[in-house]
Order: sequence, then C-alpha cells, then structure tokens
Amino acid sequence: MADPMRIRAAMDRGKVDIKVLMAHEMETGQRKDAQGKIVPAHFIRNVTVTHAGRTVLAAQWGTSVSRNPFLHFRFSGGKPGEKVSITWLDNKGETRTDEATISG
Amino acid sequence: MLAWAMAAGLIKPSQALALEWNKAAFETKSVPDTLKALGASGSTESGGVQITAPDIAENGAVVPISVESALAKTQAIAILIEKNPNTLSADFDIPAGTDPFISTRVKMAETSNIYALVLADGKYFHAVKEIKVTIGGCGG
Repeated sequence: MADPMRIRAAMDRGKVDIKVLMAHEMETGQRKDAQGKIVPAHFIRNVTVTHAGRTVLAAQWGTSVSRNPFLHFRFSGGKPGEKVSITWLDNKGETRTDEATISG
Repeated sequence: MLAWAMAAGLIKPSQALALEWNKAAFETKSVPDTLKALGASGSTESGGVQITAPDIAENGAVVPISVESALAKTQAIAILIEKNPNTLSADFDIPAGTDPFISTRVKMAETSNIYALVLADGKYFHAVKEIKVTIGGCGG
C-alpha cells in the first residue's frame, strides 16, 4: 500500500488552493538497474480530484512526471470545513484515495 | 471490463471518464505526433498561454513547470517535452470553476523545448519555452 498523500487545501482570495504531494516512484521504464536490466515502468496514469460530488480536476500522466509527484491548482465554489478527495491510479492498477478538509 | 462495471452500476460514468488514459498520445515521440494524437495539429502559438519554468534546470529529474491560460473557456492544459523519449508528459482536464492554471514537476532527459498546449473554446493554442538541463533526469 502506497504512503498517504500530503494534501494542503486552503482558502486563498475566495478560491480553494490545493497543493498535493503523492508518494510514488514514477518509474519511467527507461532506466536500467545495476545488472543492466530495464526497470519496468510503474507510474501514476490518472489523478482525479473531487469536491462535493463534482470533479474539479482530472489528469492523465505519462512517465515523465517527477518521482513523488507534486500538483498545485485552484478551484472556485468551496468553503472552509468542506472536504476534497484525491485519487490516483497507476499502470499496475494500484490506487490510493486521500481526503483533506479545506482550511480557512 | 469498464463497460461491464458501468452496466453493473459498480462505477458511475463520470468516474469511468476520469480514468480514460490516452495510450496513443502518451506513446508519441515527437511534438507533431503528439499534437496529431490529441487532435491538436492546428494549434497556434498564443501569448495567452504562459509557461513559468526555470531557464536552466540543474537537475532534470525535478523541473518545476507552471502553465496559466488567459484564454476564455480553457478546457484542458497539456505539457509536452520535445526531447524526452515520450513527448507528452501530462494532460489536465480543467472543468468550469477550476482556474486555468496548473503547476507540477517533470523529468527532462536533456535540454529541450517544452510546449504548453491549451484547449480553449474548442480550439488549441500553445506556448513554447526552452529549458537548459545540466544533469538529465531519465537515464540510469
């Protein structure tokens, strides 16, 4: 099981400002190990952020997003105390969902 | 499998859509091929698309890139890295109510142009910026 995401969800000038750090190796499938064997690709392909039953961001990623991915964006229509849910799904079918409460 | 799960009511169509992954586009190896795979071949360069990224990246494994669009009805933002083994790095759907802004970190194999591609009101626009890479981030 992958480590939890670190999510910061805070009001900023009337909008919800989201910063996320995900724990994932984001292996490209291009790298070779010490024995010269290709390390198989292992990377997050989809990220979905929802608030109040609505998708506020949907991403598709390739292998070139950095290890332990970082994401920052903003949306309107959220209030302090409400929840934001973030889910990622990788190419091996592993998935993780974490929630954060919007702070004032 | 997905259709079956939807039919069985296990997942809602909205969730299924979010899990779409454009394999053909992510396997492309040049900017023209990526644009073609995304249906964006007619993209025009626009001052309404702003890339914020360093001119020189010491470490190609972690290059911060922000893209902001001033174009009305921005629906999607994609990041392309011309000289990487696979050109397309990330593609974000921007629903109404979400700012046309995204910030993330990417790997760059070598010095390269990066393209920020924006879908706005059904049309594609882009901006280009070169980032010089001191130590590549994709090798092994």
